[in-house]
Amino acid sequence: MIEVRDVHHVYLRDSPLEATALRGITLTIGDGERVGLIGPTGSGKSTLVQTLNALIRPTDGTVLVDGEDIFAPQADRRRVRQKVALLFQYAEQQLFEESVARDVAFGPRNLGLPEGEVQARVREALLAVGLDPDRFGPRSPFTLSGGEMRRVALAGVLAMSPRVLILDEPTAGLDPQGKAEFLRLILRLHAERRLTIILISHSMDEIAQVVERVVVLDEGRVVMDGPTRQIFARAEELERLHLGIPQTAQILHRLRARGLPVRTDLLSVEETRAELLRVLRPA
Amino acid sequence: MALVGANGSGKSTLAKCLNALLVPTAGRVLVDGLDTRDPHAVWQVRQRVGMVFQNPDNQLVATVVEEDVAFGPENLGLPPAEIRRRVEEALRIVGMWDYRRHAPHLLSGGQKQRVAIAGMLAMRPSCLILDEATAMLDPQGRAEVLQTVDRLTREEGITVVHITHAMEEAAVARRIVVLAGGRVALQGTPAEVFDQPEVLRRLRLTLPPVAVLGRQLRAAGLPLRGSVTTVDQLVDALTALAAARRS
Repeated sequence: MIEVRDVHHVYLRDSPLEATALRGITLTIGDGERVGLIGPTGSGKSTLVQTLNALIRPTDGTVLVDGEDIFAPQADRRRVRQKVALLFQYAEQQLFEESVARDVAFGPRNLGLPEGEVQARVREALLAVGLDPDRFGPRSPFTLSGGEMRRVALAGVLAMSPRVLILDEPTAGLDPQGKAEFLRLILRLHAERRLTIILISHSMDEIAQVVERVVVLDEGRVVMDGPTRQIFARAEELERLHLGIPQTAQILHRLRARGLPVRTDLLSVEETRAELLRVLRPA
Repeated sequence: MALVGANGSGKSTLAKCLNALLVPTAGRVLVDGLDTRDPHAVWQVRQRVGMVFQNPDNQLVATVVEEDVAFGPENLGLPPAEIRRRVEEALRIVGMWDYRRHAPHLLSGGQKQRVAIAGMLAMRPSCLILDEATAMLDPQGRAEVLQTVDRLTREEGITVVHITHAMEEAAVARRIVVLAGGRVALQGTPAEVFDQPEVLRRLRLTLPPVAVLGRQLRAAGLPLRGSVTTVDQLVDALTALAAARRS
């Protein structure tokens, strides 16, 4: 469980470039939850997730992971980062080893695990992201497609056996099928390993597809927090924050505004289709 | 026009061929009759075909917005009065005139991309290529850039080639060209292209949710009129149907 208590963060405090990123965030994320983090550019999403695995020490407030204050002097922050893993935007840009297997092995090897265990984790992580270890392991990461490289980067994170997986815009730059495959992969990892998923995305369709709870940030504050359905039903408020809603929800809201008696708290194409047929089917 | 295709299908390479950043190894590209293989035509080609790239932080060079927009015309050696006129015109078109004295690095992603577009417009191009220029933007930034594009094509008569992985953005183009393995695999209006979901799937593309919904509703027997590939179109078609049922 992750507990964020009144966290504030100011970049470059007391300098001319001082910038406040977080203004008192309080948030609890339970084990195995799938949470979407949305908000306009500069709302503090990336800063917040970096405080969760101790990459950024907030200027004020506390972050507890499984009850342990991760910024306490005696805290083992390496273990926190192993438990709470972060896949950065365009993570494939951080691949550097000469082979896929070595790249995925980098993290577990740094944990000081025995070589047999490292190899077992590499195989398992590559299988988990849908890459055949025998075929892809020996290859240079730089000969792979963009989507494959991103999956290698994810395998490197999974090889640390994290409990929480934070994904910062994980599908940016992938082609439409690559996006769809990556989202299915995230859902599968959640189902099979009960990983906690924290997803940052600018695509509301993507958020609607993956998460069960949405946290909305604006100017460093949590301004909405609730089940995905309820959050996307608050279309006007999201619009005021310059955030959108999924395409299906847009259609339902607009039809309702034009007087059609449709529900507006539906998200998937299937639900929307059923609702529209209910209202518009010939008698 | 929207240019779509899987990663590695050749979209960016084709885009670079359109303004002579690349010269094709075979075949030729003509821009208003100018051959991109002709070294003497290169600068005229680039003045006519401007490019805006993905990362808003990599394209602005000056410390003040209006100086950034003036950079191109200054390099053309234009007189200062003409440069000022072009800078104002370009910034007004993209809706950034009020920000002319701002520092580019303090703008939002969408604002930065609009300044980058203004920098191109100040060169008076006939065509703009947006190479995934919306990919790194939040929903508001995307909307700002797409509204700007709409205005450029409608009011300024500028051709826009929008390279994107977002199929809902391709859906608002007048024409979609699909590349696969370095070839044109499919082209047509959004309605025509989205009418071939199996072909698109083979090419690693998907339909936007609206287009999926529109097809399913038709398959279930709702007589929807016209193209239903954007939110506006589907809402209009459904409203028209509901009105017809009532009368």
